[in-house]
Amino acid sequence: MTPLIAALATLGRVALAFFASVGRVALFAASTISHAFRPPFYARELANALFHVGWLSLPVVGLTAVFTGGALALQIYAGGARFNAEAVVPQIVAIGMVRELGPVLVGLMIAARVTSSIAAEIATMKVTEQIDALVTLSTHPMKYLVVPRVLAALLVVPLLVGVGDIIGIMGGYAVATGTLGFNAAAYLKNTADFLQLADILSSLAKGAAFGFIAALMGCYFGMQSGRGAQGVGRATKGSVEAAAVLILAANFLLTGVFFSL
Amino acid sequence: MIEMKNVHKTFGTNAVLRGIDLSVAKGSSLVIIGGSGTGKSVTIKCILGLIEPDSGQILVDGKDASIGDRDAFLARFGMLFQGAALFDSLPVWQNVAFRLLRGSLKRPRAEAREIAIEKLRRVGLTPDVADRLPAELSGGMQKRVGLARAIAADPEIIFFDEPTAGLDPIMAGVINDLIREIVVEMGATAMTITHDMNSVRAIADNVAMLHDGVIKWNGPVTDLDTTEDPYLHQFITGSATGPIAAIR
Repeated sequence: MTPLIAALATLGRVALAFFASVGRVALFAASTISHAFRPPFYARELANALFHVGWLSLPVVGLTAVFTGGALALQIYAGGARFNAEAVVPQIVAIGMVRELGPVLVGLMIAARVTSSIAAEIATMKVTEQIDALVTLSTHPMKYLVVPRVLAALLVVPLLVGVGDIIGIMGGYAVATGTLGFNAAAYLKNTADFLQLADILSSLAKGAAFGFIAALMGCYFGMQSGRGAQGVGRATKGSVEAAAVLILAANFLLTGVFFSL
Repeated sequence: MIEMKNVHKTFGTNAVLRGIDLSVAKGSSLVIIGGSGTGKSVTIKCILGLIEPDSGQILVDGKDASIGDRDAFLARFGMLFQGAALFDSLPVWQNVAFRLLRGSLKRPRAEAREIAIEKLRRVGLTPDVADRLPAELSGGMQKRVGLARAIAADPEIIFFDEPTAGLDPIMAGVINDLIREIVVEMGATAMTITHDMNSVRAIADNVAMLHDGVIKWNGPVTDLDTTEDPYLHQFITGSATGPIAAIR
């Protein structure tokens, strides 16, 4: 085999593996959606997932947002000073947090916290035969493990994004009024006047998409896990990598869609 | 009655089952023995539908196991997994009553808890264990909880995968006795996988030896020590020399 053919063969194998993975993920997503609409439904599992994905993620989301909002205010103030535009801090912090940084950072935090946790939990269940045990107990793992987690993330991550947006804006507000000399009432009025409903809706829609991706990747990699501790480790690492990349790619696509509306 | 007819299963290039023919009479206890990696677990997972065989037929009471209502089919089975496979996030009683808290066998929560505690008593565990998490229990206690879960819905057929693996000899004896008592008491059909010859003698009515993907020997447990089959003889005596390669 010539080097050129060998290189092409390698490229072909990589491309085939990539498209096979895309196909498997797409089938997994379709199966998840299909199971979400067919009984039985596990309300207790859904409530549990809502608590773990939503409530327990609030501290990390809040801290990420407040520091990002504060840093954003400082950056815009310093950058704006170069062309006498320091006054736009409230508007840029608001639009930056709501349209871009809020959803993306919350999405990435969810990928780090929730995707990894879901993947590790399901992968461990797989290697310890708990998934097989579920089946022998007449319980479908997709319905019992996957649907509640994906549904919970789909419902609760937009709320987390909303909370993150507000906390981020308040982080900018605290820095602007505390250290940059902005008037508190004027800052809030400028923020409220500048934001449009479409900005908020796009933020929440991105949150829903990112939540779906984060939970789906956790479940997919967990269910596909190999054997032993190494299999669990690989599943966890792979799930976070895939979720983070897909969230950023989806953000680019959704931003393009929202701009075109 | 469970029947396997010419069942094959290959993973990649590894042909694990190469034509299994086996039958277990209703109410009897069959123990499958064989070396590690010979496909014992694959055999019972094929019956349960956890693994799909490549070819062959599996019949339960004359009906093809792969056809029909899956939930109704699985509701007839109980299974004790090798590592107990208890659900870490659920307390012991909810593990035991798992099948009774959802699906076609669903009962009111209080009744399911009562049944779970009764089954825990049956396997020698006190009610105070009910609210503990599986991680707080010893290996032997986890096996007992797994056993309680396997019998919680009074199944007709019970599978035991390496029930004494990892247990000390005394605890292994306790588990063996429990399995025998429960199977006799419930009149259930039992299939057990084990390497442990003490378990074989305590649990089995009949024994099947799996080697090279086929049943090499099959007969009553009383014939175990009088057989001249070289494979079975080597396995029972634990000899390094014989037709079974010591290093596989």
